[in-house]
Amino acid sequence: MSLKPQRIEVVLETLLDSIALAEEVGVRVAAAAGFGEEDQYRIGLAVHEGVMNAFQYGNEQSREKKIHVIFELLHEKLVIRVTDEGAGFRIEEIPDPRMDENVLGETGRGVLLMKAFMDEFDVLVGQDGGAELIMAKRYRTHNNSKAS
Amino acid sequence: MSLKANSRDIGGVIVIDLDGRITLGDGSALLRDLIRENLDKGHKKLLLNLAAISYLDSTGLGELVSGYRLVKSNGGELKLLNLNKKVTDLLQVTKLYTVFDIHNDEAQAVASF
Repeated sequence: MSLKPQRIEVVLETLLDSIALAEEVGVRVAAAAGFGEEDQYRIGLAVHEGVMNAFQYGNEQSREKKIHVIFELLHEKLVIRVTDEGAGFRIEEIPDPRMDENVLGETGRGVLLMKAFMDEFDVLVGQDGGAELIMAKRYRTHNNSKAS
Repeated sequence: MSLKANSRDIGGVIVIDLDGRITLGDGSALLRDLIRENLDKGHKKLLLNLAAISYLDSTGLGELVSGYRLVKSNGGELKLLNLNKKVTDLLQVTKLYTVFDIHNDEAQAVASF
């Protein structure tokens, strides 16, 4: 399938069900972009973790707040942004759960999985002060370069 | 229900067969409750059979870790059985593969307690 660069925006309610919904959208977008099944799973999981982070920590399960997910199919990569309406956080604050003193800890695995399963990952401050998780996966072969 | 469970007593080892997704919500809560219920009954040898687990997120991983810590603090052992590739990859990425006692054969797993 040949795709021009494009942008897909999804606004989710801060509901538990939104996590699986966003994951499914992520898998479908990844498939449309030409990623194989393994990468579709990894992209879906990264979206799942990002939206879960927004649901639990960013928006603190507050129904009044929204979770914004943007998929951008660029020439060389798929970029995904997950933004919450919380207070934001710095990635340096998140403990690395692979370190001996943290391996049996309670936090940090979601960020670790997003970093591990995507080619690029960062945390920025969103326009309204919440956290914006930005992650990207480069297309795997020349045939996956979708811009015309 | 995203996760289903069935428990079997094999020579004093409780084998918990899990089927579905261990994620934030019902799945992770069910796993947490199962481990607590078994400890409350005095069962301290728990073997989680993950053969039919189709999906695990960071919350699910956290529940495995919490369960491991809780059982250990109660003088027991919690081990894992039949990890598929996805679960294995997640445990390796998070270095949890080095923490848990992991088995591919149920008889050997039961004998290891």
